[in-house]
Amino acid sequence: MSATLEARELGKRYRRRWALSDCTLVIPKGKVVGLVGPNGAGKTTLLHLAVGLLTPSTGAVEVLGGRPADGPEQLGRVGFVAQDTPTYAALSVAEHLRLGEWLNPRWDKDVAARRIERLGLDPGQRAGSLSGGQQAQLALTLAIAKRPQLLILDEPVASLDPLARSEFLRSLTEVVAERGVSVVLSSHLVADLERVCDYLVVLVASRVQVAGEIDTLRASHRRVTGRGLDTEKLPATVQVIEASGSDEQRSLLVRSDNALKDSGWSVQPVNLEDLVLAYMGRGAHGEGARSSPSEVRP
Amino acid sequence: MMHLAWRQFRSQAAVGTVGLVLVAIVAAITGPHLVHLYDTTVAACSAHGDCSSASTAFLGNDSTLRTWLGILVVVVPGIIGLFWGAPLVARELEAGTHRLVWTQSITRTRWLAVKFAVICLASMIVAGVLSLLVTWWASPLDRTKASVFSTFDQRDIVPIGYAAFALGLGVTAGLLIRRTVPAMAATLVVFVATLLAVAHWVRPHLISPMSRVFGLNQTTAGFGSANGAPFTLLPNSPSLPNGWIYSAQLVDKAGHALSPTYVASACPTLIAGAQATAGSGPTSGHVSRVPTPAGVDAELQACFAKVGARFHEVVAYQPGSRYWALQWYELTIYLGAALILVGISAWWVRHRLT
Repeated sequence: MSATLEARELGKRYRRRWALSDCTLVIPKGKVVGLVGPNGAGKTTLLHLAVGLLTPSTGAVEVLGGRPADGPEQLGRVGFVAQDTPTYAALSVAEHLRLGEWLNPRWDKDVAARRIERLGLDPGQRAGSLSGGQQAQLALTLAIAKRPQLLILDEPVASLDPLARSEFLRSLTEVVAERGVSVVLSSHLVADLERVCDYLVVLVASRVQVAGEIDTLRASHRRVTGRGLDTEKLPATVQVIEASGSDEQRSLLVRSDNALKDSGWSVQPVNLEDLVLAYMGRGAHGEGARSSPSEVRP
Repeated sequence: MMHLAWRQFRSQAAVGTVGLVLVAIVAAITGPHLVHLYDTTVAACSAHGDCSSASTAFLGNDSTLRTWLGILVVVVPGIIGLFWGAPLVARELEAGTHRLVWTQSITRTRWLAVKFAVICLASMIVAGVLSLLVTWWASPLDRTKASVFSTFDQRDIVPIGYAAFALGLGVTAGLLIRRTVPAMAATLVVFVATLLAVAHWVRPHLISPMSRVFGLNQTTAGFGSANGAPFTLLPNSPSLPNGWIYSAQLVDKAGHALSPTYVASACPTLIAGAQATAGSGPTSGHVSRVPTPAGVDAELQACFAKVGARFHEVVAYQPGSRYWALQWYELTIYLGAALILVGISAWWVRHRLT
């Protein structure tokens, strides 16, 4: 019960195509986790496996120490907001809240009503005529008011305009602050994740490229530039994630737990977006894709 | 869950109720008149003895409406399967809302069970009430027609079974195919095929038929030729009120069928005369029965007597008294099939739709 989510050699196959294969991942408890990766990395499949919409073809996944969707109790502990935040077009906002009340024994009526009021949603309005942002907020309300221990969100903001996206993320941050739930949020927008998450998992082609606290990741990664920079000359503890530029002017993105001290090289901090891109590039090019994930320990 | 199932079914239930009310209005407008006509003509005629002309005249009333209402009773269960059954899961999958509802604190097996139970109950009520209305409306005509098996699938309790079965079929098709419109098409095809198959291959064998023996005379048999075969004696379907006649054959005690050769040897002059009047021997029509003018009549009588000494008509049939037993059997079969389909759906939604 120490992990929010634990996947072991998890795989999901549709006929002959593997949507996710051999994915091993541990997400510690009490974090707001951003799951980032390119399209087709298996993010949605992983999250669907975690909420029990899918069952694994190989391996196993445990969420909050239980098997996903293994009975009403487990279903009640995990709140899920699916991609494109589906709602029933013919049902009104108020009816969605009643749906939540009918289907969830731990339903928090007050929280749901207060959120709808604060968002300015008309309870009588049909969900089909809500804007994308309002639908996402409604779906989030449903997921929160069931009082889950873990909230899983699958690209909830992908189809929203910047303003709606910003509002959605703000209310998510509020929820995390108020209720102290663990969150797993997938997105391919690093900036969004940076706003709400404190833990990051980069998934490329079913493999975890890097996973760790965002602060720790920022501290341990640096961009090193310099003339005639030879990767061979770097200390053994330094791992090159990405190398670019010519021999004249090389630029490396490296991971090192210790400070780099060597004259002639310019060492700069790296922003999260570059860091993620470096790992995504590495995963996509096959380097490290089959090796063990880079574990960054705080 | 019951609340949600009902809330999502509300508008469909309204459509069903409106449809039933419309049929009830039609029945209420035309029904009492039929009862009145029946009481004054058919029921009254039995005092005079001869009822055939009164019956024939009475059956002319609302015969088109009788046909259409009968068809409606069979079609409505199919429509239920198409429009209530097929979208039940398929529309959730198409809209992606299954990701919302299957991640609430309720297992999807339970979700399906409750949704199915609510809609199945409604379907059975709609089909049952419709059948009740039509059965009541048509009862004067049906009583006069005395042919309960000709409207077997359009009356009484079997339509309830059809509705439950069609709904189960629709739900299962929606689950397996995952898209509403193709699931509706599949439901329609399988439903119609099942109805036809049961009517032709199952219903006749549910209870083995009774057999009844009739002596040969001018009502039980006729003289003629079938499909261009030689002239012989042919069985007439006997008049068995409300009976369902499977077959009528002319056979001897050992069960051998009457052959044209035997008729030719027993009644040579009749055969010769018939061939002369019919033109040149056997005709090419389906069945040509030779009219019997007064002269030939005596000869025909003699022929019947001669052949009848050895042969008689054996009729295999289902008496009208078994109508209700067959209704219950068929209802049970369809309800059983619906249960099996629900079982398949529950298993599928739990284990295969993941």
